[in-house]
Amino acid sequence: MTRDKDDEVPNLAESKLTALVVDDNFINQSIHHKLLDRLGITNDVVCNGKEAVDVHCSGRNYDLILMDMDMPIMNGIQATRRLREMGIESKIAGVTTRANEVERQEFMEAGLNDFQEKPLTISKLLSILTNLNFYVQTS
Amino acid sequence: MDALVAQLQMQFRDYTISLYQQGFLDDQFTELKKLQDDASPDFVAEVLSLFFEDCVKLIGNMARALDQKGTVDFNQVGASVHQLKGSSSSVGAKRVKGLCVSFKEFCEAKNYEGCVRCLQQVDIEYKTLQTKLQDMFNLEKQIIEAGGRVPQVDIN
Repeated sequence: MTRDKDDEVPNLAESKLTALVVDDNFINQSIHHKLLDRLGITNDVVCNGKEAVDVHCSGRNYDLILMDMDMPIMNGIQATRRLREMGIESKIAGVTTRANEVERQEFMEAGLNDFQEKPLTISKLLSILTNLNFYVQTS
Repeated sequence: MDALVAQLQMQFRDYTISLYQQGFLDDQFTELKKLQDDASPDFVAEVLSLFFEDCVKLIGNMARALDQKGTVDFNQVGASVHQLKGSSSSVGAKRVKGLCVSFKEFCEAKNYEGCVRCLQQVDIEYKTLQTKLQDMFNLEKQIIEAGGRVPQVDIN
């Protein structure tokens, strides 16, 4: 979990973290999947909140969930609530373009551990990982 | 050969910088480039290709919705604009994203003429970006074929 001197992007593969990307936009899916890959975090991708719930019902579990807000069938707020009701204790980071304070508050209250504005970048993802104690930056 | 590579690299550098200076691309495109590596050397081109396919689909949806003159469902148009705004923001397509912001406001105001104008502009804008990026990818290809490496361009 330390910074690699040769490359600005740290490699967290040793920590064997797993993540789930929940987003209905396939461009964001590609980017978020690649961002996590780049940091050495194994990850799966689903298209909406219902698929996120279903994948947990089938017994899968993840250290981190990147949850989009606006999705069809079941949105991020509903999915986060449902996962918490199911007893899922994974860290959930809300990722959305909606920065409106009221909507952000509602999303946080659904059970998020952290929140970042889209589009995600390496440094925003590292910020999430730091906030959730998955990564410690060393100088 | 070295002189050719150096010349192509300079062309590539100047061209890339101009795309940022003219507002076609923003920092998010730089972030995408950081994700490209030896394991996925065509990552940026692949994501941009997905983006342009998305443009065709979403603009088609908007055009069909706006075609129902008199009974236009502005929420439907707005939903597609919201999607395109998200996608363009994610790939660093700055001008397209900017147009989507205005477009969304016209949808919310149910301003038909405004929406139609934005639709035309966004159609032109994504196609212009597509051409410019194709030229940039072609320069990359020429550098590699001439035996050189594609330089990292410092925008700031």
